[in-house]
Amino acid sequence: MDYSQFGQMIPELIVLGIFMIVLIFDVFSKDHASKKFLTPLTTILFGLGTLAIWLIPASGQEIFGGMYVNTTATNALKSILNIGVFIVFLQSAKWVESDEVSIRRGEFYELLLVTLFGMYLMVSARHFLLFVIGLEAASLPLAALVAFNKKHYESAEAAAKYILTAVFSSGILLMGLSFAYACSTGSLYFSDIAKGFVSGNISGLMILALAFVMAGIGFKLSLVPFHLWTADVYQGAPTAITSYLSVISKGSAAVAFFIIFTQAFGQVWAEAWEWMLYAIIIATITIGNLFAIRQHNIKRFMAFSSISQAGYIMLGAVVGTSLGLTAMLFYIAIYIVSNLGAFSVIAMIENATGKVEIDDYNGLHKTNPRLSFAMTLAMFSLAGIPPFAGFFSKILMFTSVTASNSTALYILVLIALINTIISLYYYLLVVKAMWISAEEPKIPNIKGHFADRLALGICVAGIIFCGLVPQVYQYCYDAVQNVACCIGL
Amino acid sequence: MFGNILIWFVIIPVLMLAGLGVCRNSGMNAIRAVMVIGSTALLALSAYVCIDFLALRAAGDTSEMLFTGSWMWYAPLNIHLAVGVDGISVLMLMLSSVIVFAGTFASWKINPLPKNFFLWFCLLSTGVFGFFISIDIFTMFMFYEVALIPMYLLIGVWGTGRKEYSAMKLTLMLMGGSAFLMLGLLGIYWHSSTDPNALTWNILEIAHNGAIDAGWQNILFLCTFVGFGVLGAMFPFHTWSPDGHACAPTAVSMLHAGVLMKLGGYGCFRIAIYLLPAAANELAWIFIILTGISIVYGAFSACVQTDLKYINAYSSVSHCGMVLFAILMLTQTAMTGAILQMLSHGLMTALFFALIGMIYGRTHTRDIRQMGGLMKIMPYLGVCYMIAGFASLGLPGLSGFVAEMTIFFGSFENADLFHRVFVIVGTGSIVITAVYILRVVGKLLLGPVQDEHHLSLTDASWFERLSTVTLIVCIAAIGCFPNWIAQTINFSFNPIMEAVKNAVI
Repeated sequence: MDYSQFGQMIPELIVLGIFMIVLIFDVFSKDHASKKFLTPLTTILFGLGTLAIWLIPASGQEIFGGMYVNTTATNALKSILNIGVFIVFLQSAKWVESDEVSIRRGEFYELLLVTLFGMYLMVSARHFLLFVIGLEAASLPLAALVAFNKKHYESAEAAAKYILTAVFSSGILLMGLSFAYACSTGSLYFSDIAKGFVSGNISGLMILALAFVMAGIGFKLSLVPFHLWTADVYQGAPTAITSYLSVISKGSAAVAFFIIFTQAFGQVWAEAWEWMLYAIIIATITIGNLFAIRQHNIKRFMAFSSISQAGYIMLGAVVGTSLGLTAMLFYIAIYIVSNLGAFSVIAMIENATGKVEIDDYNGLHKTNPRLSFAMTLAMFSLAGIPPFAGFFSKILMFTSVTASNSTALYILVLIALINTIISLYYYLLVVKAMWISAEEPKIPNIKGHFADRLALGICVAGIIFCGLVPQVYQYCYDAVQNVACCIGL
Repeated sequence: MFGNILIWFVIIPVLMLAGLGVCRNSGMNAIRAVMVIGSTALLALSAYVCIDFLALRAAGDTSEMLFTGSWMWYAPLNIHLAVGVDGISVLMLMLSSVIVFAGTFASWKINPLPKNFFLWFCLLSTGVFGFFISIDIFTMFMFYEVALIPMYLLIGVWGTGRKEYSAMKLTLMLMGGSAFLMLGLLGIYWHSSTDPNALTWNILEIAHNGAIDAGWQNILFLCTFVGFGVLGAMFPFHTWSPDGHACAPTAVSMLHAGVLMKLGGYGCFRIAIYLLPAAANELAWIFIILTGISIVYGAFSACVQTDLKYINAYSSVSHCGMVLFAILMLTQTAMTGAILQMLSHGLMTALFFALIGMIYGRTHTRDIRQMGGLMKIMPYLGVCYMIAGFASLGLPGLSGFVAEMTIFFGSFENADLFHRVFVIVGTGSIVITAVYILRVVGKLLLGPVQDEHHLSLTDASWFERLSTVTLIVCIAAIGCFPNWIAQTINFSFNPIMEAVKNAVI
C-alpha cells in the first residue's frame, strides 16, 4: 500500500493531530494547575488548524481506490464547520472550567474532535463503507457529550434518547445500503451504485433503498418525520453541545446528503427521490415552525427553529444543481454565525443564572442592553431580515431553487416564503420579550468571560457583514464551480 | 463609487447610524445633534439632486434615468448595486427627506431609550432612500425589507395602546406581502432575458429586453401587485394600517403613512406595470375593483371613528387606494395624478399625524368626544389642523385638490363603461372625505370646551412649529405650483406608457 496517499487527507490529519496533542497533554498532565492550560491550548491549536485547512488548497485527487476525495467544495465546507467549532470552543471555555465539568474537560475536547473527524469523513467519502465509519464516529461520541452533565437527570435522559435513535437510524441506513448494494453491480462505491440506479429502470427495491437511506441521514438532520428526538436532546444536553449539534452536525449531514444523492442516485433524481425530498422539506419547514411557536423553553425553541432551518438548507438538495450546493454552503455558513450568536447569549445567561425560559428574558434590555442587541440581531438574521446575513442566505437559496423554472419548485419556494412569515412571528416573540415586555427584568447584569464576548463578537460581526460583503458567497461559489463537473447532474 | 451622488442617500443614514452608535441614551443633545445634522444634510442633498436633475433635463439630457451607477455585488447571480433616478424618484427622495426632517423634530422629546429609537428610525430611513434610488430589483427588495422591520420595534417599544398586537400584525402582514413580492421578483429575474447567460435584475435592461411571455407575466403581475399592494393598504389587505398607525409613535406614523406607504405605490408603478405591461393591461380590472373598494370603504370607515389616529389611518387607506387606482388607469394624466397624490398625501398625512401627536401629548386623549374648542386654547395647532384638513378634502390652492383633480380627469379618459363607473364611484369619496374632515374640525376645534383642564394647555413650542411649517410650506407649494411638479415627472412616463401601449399590440 502506498502510504503517501494519507498526505491527501490534510484536514483529517490536522484534526487528528490536534486530537493526539490534546489526548497526550490530558493524560500526562497530573496536577490540576497544568490542566488549566488545556482549554487555551486546544482553542489556539484549533484556530491555527482552521487557518491551515482554509489555506492549504485541496488537491481533489481520489485516494484509496476512490474511497476518499478532498475537493475544493468539501474543503470549503470543512473550513466553514471549523469556524463554527472554533466559536463553540470559545463559548464553552467558561463552562468547562466550572467545578462540575472541569475534571473531565479533556474528554470534552477529545470527543468533540472525534465527532468532527467523523463529519469530515462523511463529506469526503465516495464509498459507503467509509461514509458509515464517518457517520458512526460522528454520532456515538456525541451521545457521551450529550450526557456530559452526568448528574443532571435531563442530560442522561437526552443521551439515552440520542443513542437509541442514532443506532436505530444507523440500522435503517445500513438496511437501505444493503438494498442499494443489491440493486447495483455489487459494490459500495458511489460511482458503481450510480450504474445500477439508472433512469427508466426503477424497481420497488430501489425506492425502498432510497427511502431507507434518506431516513437514515434524515435522523441526523432531524428532518420531519425523523425529528422526534431533537427537542428533548437539545433541551437536556449542555448548551455548548446543543449549539454544536444544531449547526455543525446538521451542516455536515446536509452536505453529505447532497453528495450521496447526487453522486450515487443522481440519475434517478427526477423519477424517484426528488419528490420524496420535496414532501419531506415541506413537512420539515412547516412542522418545525408550528411547534416552535408553542415552546416556552428557549433551548426547545431553538430546537424546533433549527428543524425548520434544516428544511431551508435542504432546498439546495432538492434542485441538486451546483448553484444549489453553493447556496447550501452559504446557508450553512450564515446559519452557523446566526445560530451560534443566539446560543452564545443563551449559554451566557444559563451559565450565570441557570435561566432558560423565554419568559425569563422579559425586560432583558434594561439590565443587559448589549446581550439583548446581539440576540435581536441573531433572531433577525435567523428570520431572514435584511441587512443581516440571514436575508442573503435565504434569498440566494430561493434564487437557486427557482433557477429551473419548474412550477413545482416555485410552489415550494412560495411555501418556504410563507413559512418565513410564521418563523418571523416566533423569532419576534423573543425580541418582544427582551424589548417590549414591561415586566421587571429577572436576569441581573451579566459580565461575560473574555472568550464568551469574543465568540459573541465574531457572531455579531458575521451576522452584519457576511451578507453585505459578497466574498463569502463568492468563496462558496468558486469552491463548488471547481468541482461542478463531478456533481453529475 | 462614492463619486456617485445618489449613493450618499444611503451613506448619510449609515453615518447617522454610526454616529448614534457612539452616543449614549442619556446624551440627548448629542443624539439630537446627529439627527439634525443628518436630516438637514439629506434635505440639502435631495434639493441639490432635484435642481441638478432639472438642469440636466433642461440641457436636453433625455436618458431614462440620470445619475446612474452600477457596481457588481454578487457576481455569480449578476446582482448589482445599481442606482439611478428619474423625475418620479427625485420627487420621492425630496418627500422622504422632508418627512425625515420633520419627523426628527416631531420626536424631539422621545422617551424612553432615545438612542435606540433613532437607531431604528435611521435604519428605516436607509431602507426608504435606498428603495427610491435603486434600479436593481434585488437591492430594491432588500431596501424595501430594511424599511419594514424597524417598524416592529418602533411601534412595539415606543407606541401606545395595543402596541404589541398592532406591531405584530403590521409586521406579519407586510412581510406576508413581501413573500409574494419575492416570488414575483424571482420569476422576473429568471425570465428577464431569452439568453440564459444574460439574466439581469436591472429594471432598465429587463424592460428593454421585454422577454417575459404573457402567461408568466400574468402570474408575476398578481404576485408583485399584491406584494406592493399590501404596503399600499389595498383592500382587503389594509387591516394592518389603522391598528399600526394608531399605535405608532408620532414620527413613525409620519414616516410610515407619509413615505412607506408610497413605497407600495411606487413599486406597483415601477415593477408591476413597467416590467409586466401586457399583464397590466389584462389584469388591471381586478385591482381597479379592489382599489375602488379601498377608496370608498376607507372614507366611510373614517366617518364613524372617534379616535383621531384611526380617522386619519382610514383616510390614508382611502387616499392611498386612489394612488393605486390612478396607476391602474394606465393613462398619462392619471399617472401624473397618482404621483401628485403620493406627494400630497405623504405631506398632509405626515402633518396630520404630527399634529395629532402634539395634541395627544397635551390632552392625553385622542378621542374627539372628549375634546373641543381647541382653536381658542392652542390657535397655532388649530390652524395647522385646519390646513391639513382642507388639503385632505381638496381645497384649491393646496395639494389635495391638484392631485385628485388630475386623477379623476385622467381616469375619465378611459372611455369604456367599466372604468367610468368606477371613476364615478371613486369621485364620490370626495364628498365623504368632506364629511369626516369637517366633522372632526367642527368638533375638535370649534365646538365647546369639553374638559376644563384643557384650558391651561400651551400652544406649540419652537421645534413643533418648525416641524409643521416645513410640511405646510411644501403642501402649499404643490398646490400653487403643480406645473413645476408635472414638468419634473413628465418625461418619466414616456418609457412606461410606451411599454404599456406596445404590449396591447
